Amino acid sequence: MPALEPLLFELARPGRNGRHVRTSETAEIPDQFKRKAPLRLPELTEPQVVRHYTHLAQLNYSVDTGMYPLGSCTMKYNPKVNDRVAGLFADVHPRQSYRTTQGVLALAYELEQMLMKITGMDFVSLQPQAGAQSEFTALLVFKAYHAKRGEAKQRRRIIVPDSAHGTNPASAAMCGYEVTTVKSDARGNVDLDALKSALGPDVAGFMLTNPNTLGLFEERVREVCDAVHAAGALVYGDGANMNALLGVARPGDLGFDCVHINVHKTFSTPHGAGGPGAGPLCVKAHLRPFLPKPWIERDADGTYHYDTAREDRVPAGQGDSIGTIKQRLGNFGVLARAYTYMKTLGEEGLVETGRDAILSANYLLALLRPAYDVAYERPPMHEFVISAAKQKKQGASALDISKALLDEGFHSPTVYFPLIVPEAMMIEPTETEPTETLDAFAAAMLRIAERVKTDPAAVRDAPRNTPLRRLDEVGAARKPVLRYRGT
Amino acid sequence: MGNNPYSPHTDSDRAAMLERIGVRDLDELLGAIPRDARHPKLGVGPGLSELEVQAHLEALAKMNTNAGAGPFFIGGSIQRRYIPAAVPVLALRGEFLTAYTPYQPEVSQGTLQAVFEYQSLMAELLAMDVVNSSMYDGGSATAEAAFMAVRVTGRHKVVVASDVDFTYRRTLRTYGRGPGLEIVEVPTANLATSAEGAACLIVQHPDAFGTLVDVRAIAEAAHAAGALCVQVTEPHACALLEPPGALGADIVVGEGQPLGITMSYGGPHLGIFACREALVRQMPGRIAGQTVDADGTRGFVNTLQTREQHIRREKATSNICTNEALAAITAAVYLSLLGPDGLRAAARAGVARAHALAKRLAALPGCTIANDGPFFDRFTLRTEMGGWDLRNALIARGIQVEVTASHFVHGRREGRDDIIVQCTELTTEADADALVDAVAQLTRSSETVATR
Repeated sequence: MPALEPLLFELARPGRNGRHVRTSETAEIPDQFKRKAPLRLPELTEPQVVRHYTHLAQLNYSVDTGMYPLGSCTMKYNPKVNDRVAGLFADVHPRQSYRTTQGVLALAYELEQMLMKITGMDFVSLQPQAGAQSEFTALLVFKAYHAKRGEAKQRRRIIVPDSAHGTNPASAAMCGYEVTTVKSDARGNVDLDALKSALGPDVAGFMLTNPNTLGLFEERVREVCDAVHAAGALVYGDGANMNALLGVARPGDLGFDCVHINVHKTFSTPHGAGGPGAGPLCVKAHLRPFLPKPWIERDADGTYHYDTAREDRVPAGQGDSIGTIKQRLGNFGVLARAYTYMKTLGEEGLVETGRDAILSANYLLALLRPAYDVAYERPPMHEFVISAAKQKKQGASALDISKALLDEGFHSPTVYFPLIVPEAMMIEPTETEPTETLDAFAAAMLRIAERVKTDPAAVRDAPRNTPLRRLDEVGAARKPVLRYRGT
Repeated sequence: MGNNPYSPHTDSDRAAMLERIGVRDLDELLGAIPRDARHPKLGVGPGLSELEVQAHLEALAKMNTNAGAGPFFIGGSIQRRYIPAAVPVLALRGEFLTAYTPYQPEVSQGTLQAVFEYQSLMAELLAMDVVNSSMYDGGSATAEAAFMAVRVTGRHKVVVASDVDFTYRRTLRTYGRGPGLEIVEVPTANLATSAEGAACLIVQHPDAFGTLVDVRAIAEAAHAAGALCVQVTEPHACALLEPPGALGADIVVGEGQPLGITMSYGGPHLGIFACREALVRQMPGRIAGQTVDADGTRGFVNTLQTREQHIRREKATSNICTNEALAAITAAVYLSLLGPDGLRAAARAGVARAHALAKRLAALPGCTIANDGPFFDRFTLRTEMGGWDLRNALIARGIQVEVTASHFVHGRREGRDDIIVQCTELTTEADADALVDAVAQLTRSSETVATR
């Protein structure tokens, strides 16, 4: 990796202007509206900008540069053809008439069909732009469903397991619900007795990640769903871990009322330094009336249009729909990449993906077991959680180990999540890493475990081979510097 | 081997892995899954080669009419603008594109510094104290601004101008169903007198129709009533117009797509979100901050994370996790290439061309410009023909415009049936000629029909 890079502002000099857009035209703007504050944007040449961002790129770890075993994030390889074909749809405006966007609608319609088949659900909304926005959308759907049955006021609680992603309780609270947490049992499942005693006529829904964030499949998932339904509540599936289930099992066959799909995880669209992603919401038929509008419809002659926006007519109204989360089809560029991936893999490829992901995780766990504690001794699905509690007693924490891994040339696993495992390290190798890489990663982890025994101070001092040494996060939060203000 | 072209495992690899795990076959690992639910048939069809996939997607893309295929005047929050060649080359480098949230800052300085630069550039453009590192889009950013105002003031009424982008208002209404907010829509002219008991007033400037709005008076009315002022804006407009920070806005939101991001039928785009310093701990989303490493060298981290969902869970300011960081990086690259002069030039071209075009259209019989005051780079054209008929007739001639969807209030169309004409630096003289000629022809023939 290169040495550090100055800020844009430090490279700039007045008068170094580009010629990307020029005009001699003058704009007639009334004085009262004209900008009086000077516009102090940096002035640079194109070569400076190119080198600057190229250097910054080189300071990043990425899937294109190495294994990225972040649990629950599914950092699999992102095929390049996906990016290229997504570019074919770049010059289309979402407010164009359906008459001029038949290709967009055809792709989206077929993508919906494929997602239904893979999840075992009946309908799909492509609108949500991320997993968390899809959770929020689903909870709005729950609220509308209960309202339709006259139980909106009564059902004010959402239950989440203690192993849930933080987005689950956050989405529930944003949606105006109270949140009740139920604990996990000794085998890493939802504690069914705890769940049953938490259920009641005031519960709107239960949010379940399956496989859960421990990487484990809920052993009594059907009993869990039955118990929730018996209380008149709905089951939401957090599909963040759907990669393990491709062709292995379908949420729709297990009792879920809906599930979201992080297409940027399961269907290989690049995560873009934290996003964008997309989070289609798949539901059973009884929740369809409440899905966001508009919906795509296909006519007998093969043309597509929207149900509410036949544009040149007065809209049909939204009926029981919750409304709109994002105009038209959400993050279409991301959806086009996911579609391309699914078309490339097809039935056999998707099935092989789920199986190889499970195989890789179990293999890597077998390699690490000699040195690290395993949180739950059950075969994991596509990811697993180990604990560095033993190493912590020897003088180096999960955080220290994660930094030592950076020195070994690997990105670190997810650390300190899920919260219910002390010194948690959550590892997801994905199906696209060859065994040679898995072996090398395991060897690095074992070397670090040995070093913790003999020289824990050296591990606490990591990283030393990265562009920067350990960063002061506490100081950053105590005295926030959130923008450049000159020297 | 071979069904997933991106998976490296051969059959002998798989056999060796199973042996190392200590099981005979994969099903021994799947004991937790109900047997009757295992290995479902999906029915999604066989896989295609890369060559076949490329051809298939090209065929689908040909079924669209691209914006660049003819005169194009659709715009508003999402705009067709010139994207310098270096923007995608840099922003789509694999090291940005295939990275994740910078959980390990020591090996993610590229993302973190680029995002910090984005925050700094946008803060300067908007004249605001703090900008977060990207929401999903303008609509959800508007809803998050309302939620933030509700948290800050403890009030539940949100007043939004009906001249705010239609899609933003729809998203706001949908979000508001969660906590049961009272959302009131009034014309911009009535905003200031509707502030009583409101958590915030939401105003758009320039508004959805392109009209310039006196935000100062609205911000003063909001503050006098103990409410916040949320301004919806556009980045290019801020280069020429007095920026939101100078007008008294407390929270600023908008769509960042015009900053070098492709339209892509609506996404992925970039939600802009900025606020005053005093409100930063109530802000949703991620924020990058400057710090030092163990040797005292400058570096960047994600900061103020105690507001976020992974720490605060149900007490978080927002549920946002996956965000639009790559889009923020793209915007930073765009702004650094254009610089202040380039950004002003792009904005100025749109304004100049819109005004020239409006003059020509207004001179046609039966055509009027229907804005409620001075406008920026788009305007509303009213004809006797009616918006939908005019638009469809223009589409038939290869010219794309949109009808004033922003006047759908509560899902019903109210009042106007006009078309909106958006200009940018990509609007050519020939585009303008084509629109003027077509409108002249069409309105003349509709007059003939009317008199007959």
